[in-house]
Amino acid sequence: MAQPNDFGFGEEAALLKDSARKFFADNLPVDALHRLVADNPDPERAPSLAWREDLWRQMVELGWSMLAVPESAGGLGMPLVAVAGLVEELGRAAFPCPLLGTLSATYVLAACGESGQGALEDICGGLSAALALTGADGSWHPGDTPLSASQGRLSGTACYVQDAGKADRILALAHAEGGLALYWVDASAEGVSIEADAIVDLTRDQARVTFNDVPATPVGDNGLAALNAALPAIWTLLAADMAGAAEWQLQTTVEYVSTRKQFDRPLGFFQAVKHPLVDVMVQIDETRSLVYNAACAFDHEPQKAAQYAHMAKSRASDLAAYASSRSVQYHGGIGFTWECFVHLYFKRQKHSQMLFGDGPWHRAQLANILLPSAA
Amino acid sequence: MSDSARKDTPEQAAFRQHCRDWLAANTPGEPPVRLPQSALEIMTEPQLNYLQAWQKAAYDAGLVGCDYPVAVGGGGRKDCQRIANQEMLRARTPFFPNVIGLGMAAPTVFYHGQEALKERLLPRLFSGEDIWCQGFSEPGAGSDLASVQTFAERKGDKWVINGHKVWTSLAHFAEWMILLLRTDKSHKYDGLSYFVVPIRSAIGKGVTVRPLIKITGETGFNEVIFENLEVDDSFRLDELGKGWQVAMTTLLHERGAGELQTPRSGGMKSRSTHETNAGAAMELARQTARGQGSAADDPLLRDRLMQAVIREKAFEQSQRRSRVQALLDHPMRLPLQNKLLASELAQGVSELALDIQGPAASLYLADANAPAGGQWPLAYMNTFGMTIAAGTSEVQRNILGERVLGMPKSK
Repeated sequence: MAQPNDFGFGEEAALLKDSARKFFADNLPVDALHRLVADNPDPERAPSLAWREDLWRQMVELGWSMLAVPESAGGLGMPLVAVAGLVEELGRAAFPCPLLGTLSATYVLAACGESGQGALEDICGGLSAALALTGADGSWHPGDTPLSASQGRLSGTACYVQDAGKADRILALAHAEGGLALYWVDASAEGVSIEADAIVDLTRDQARVTFNDVPATPVGDNGLAALNAALPAIWTLLAADMAGAAEWQLQTTVEYVSTRKQFDRPLGFFQAVKHPLVDVMVQIDETRSLVYNAACAFDHEPQKAAQYAHMAKSRASDLAAYASSRSVQYHGGIGFTWECFVHLYFKRQKHSQMLFGDGPWHRAQLANILLPSAA
Repeated sequence: MSDSARKDTPEQAAFRQHCRDWLAANTPGEPPVRLPQSALEIMTEPQLNYLQAWQKAAYDAGLVGCDYPVAVGGGGRKDCQRIANQEMLRARTPFFPNVIGLGMAAPTVFYHGQEALKERLLPRLFSGEDIWCQGFSEPGAGSDLASVQTFAERKGDKWVINGHKVWTSLAHFAEWMILLLRTDKSHKYDGLSYFVVPIRSAIGKGVTVRPLIKITGETGFNEVIFENLEVDDSFRLDELGKGWQVAMTTLLHERGAGELQTPRSGGMKSRSTHETNAGAAMELARQTARGQGSAADDPLLRDRLMQAVIREKAFEQSQRRSRVQALLDHPMRLPLQNKLLASELAQGVSELALDIQGPAASLYLADANAPAGGQWPLAYMNTFGMTIAAGTSEVQRNILGERVLGMPKSK
């Protein structure tokens, strides 16, 4: 199946992207975001949940959390390119909410067939979700999940669970009798304990989630296949978030170096500052083009989706590191302070860079596809 | 149906079919001589003759100048050059020799020349019968192009030209030159004017063309000296003092950011052609023995190869995205990146190819043991022509930073 030339990014997708941009800008501009998430600079502060649950409710009302749920399960069935457009705006706003986790769970559940229906209906009913599949070693290979299930009971501790404190349900991957299996668990169920991590990123929460012999019913009959089908969408959306955040970093830094003067000239006059910012722009554009290509492949050419999504997340991870370092550096002394907003994005990007595989990891996976070992 | 054919208009679809039919019967076979890697290194008459015959045949078949009006020798079609280019690449044709003419002179003459001049010059430009060259850079005017000193002094309805141009690719074969010069010494930008000049007929009579030798050992570019050359005022493009604006049209098209699509052929595979891309570098890695296996097993080289693959895919997808309005910001943001990226990607991948070869990268064209016939070191060295010519990478970054991002001018 061939991809459409325009990535399948039609009028509906453009409208969604525009309205998302407006929603975030109107409701949580960066100064309000800073007041919300950065009220306590204490480096040893205890983890706390800083988000606008009321705004999340509005997003749910707008249907954004069920965008990716197939129409057959009562959702909106929007293509991934459209969802990526919205997530790009989410990243531009560094908006704290469980949307990425909910969308990620949606793609896994949608690949589970009939038995994923109930969970998808939960999502359509407004419930949010987080994915639990990584152990303390931080491996993103599905087979390395630290969880196990036996006779319908789930045990073990999953680490690096994103936005766990905001999520209503947890989609957990576990080793079960018949191989890897997925479980849809109520986050407030007895036996589930959520222990928040103290993290650098102020725009997310993260936790260790322990399942202590929790009764759970598997969804789908092949957890590995469902996860593998969904991972390209998850990588692509994360890369979209990072491209949006990087654009904020770029524009904010360009504005600063165009007004701040030293040696009687704006900083942006100097090529030592100007040229790296152009390189940030180039990398953003590379990332965006790869994101929409990967999203379009997921929608129209699934056999290429993993390959293209590895490209998008690899490029996005390197971009996030570069845009972050340049944004702080070129803000100079003020960029090193808590009061300057650039640290919010710096921290979100450094978090995203590692999440679901960093640049070298994705390139190693891509090389296994394009340059399979002769041995 | 191929990806690119899916959104064709009926006119484009019919034209695409015409291209395919014609190319199936007329794509040239193995060239009789070793070809250079691009038109800018054409050194000998046999090379030129072979490539000129190809361009003429493609023009006669309607594959060159498709989107220009019929009156100036074009095909009178709409958005069809892109189709012809795709089909020529698919058919793996040789490249066109008249690249300066097609990519720079044609759009400049078209947008700024008088009707009679267009009708006279463009048909033979498209057919490749007249090779063109570009007189912009001078010994004292490189990145600071507007400081050119070549001067034209008015003498009745003639102009008398004196000056010195350098890095003039193809001048040794060229009939015509696009020439940026000064008609007023008191204004830097507004003192510039733009001419087309018949240079071949004036060699020895006011024009001297001397070859310059590149770091590769190849020739192909030259210095051109004007000594009291008289040209007619009808060869001036646009108004007196508007040379800088005309030059911007040339440069915009040279950098792949212009309105008119440049006719482009290529992709030929033969014993003497070479592809400088990530796919070729991967193939090289697979075939380069390293220990028990190949260079493709080395984790560091694998990572670098994947970086090259990813950036190349990104470049391709940015071309695609540049036609999707809803996914664009500043209209020139992607087009103005083309030249910078194409040249730096080629440089990066050929440098990587040398690292893959290891000590064998020391072997050059005349060595029978050289991997890929010694083409990779040649390609790597030639990429510096790309990152320096047509506005260095540093100038490109200034343009992007200033025109697209709006940062303060560095000049």
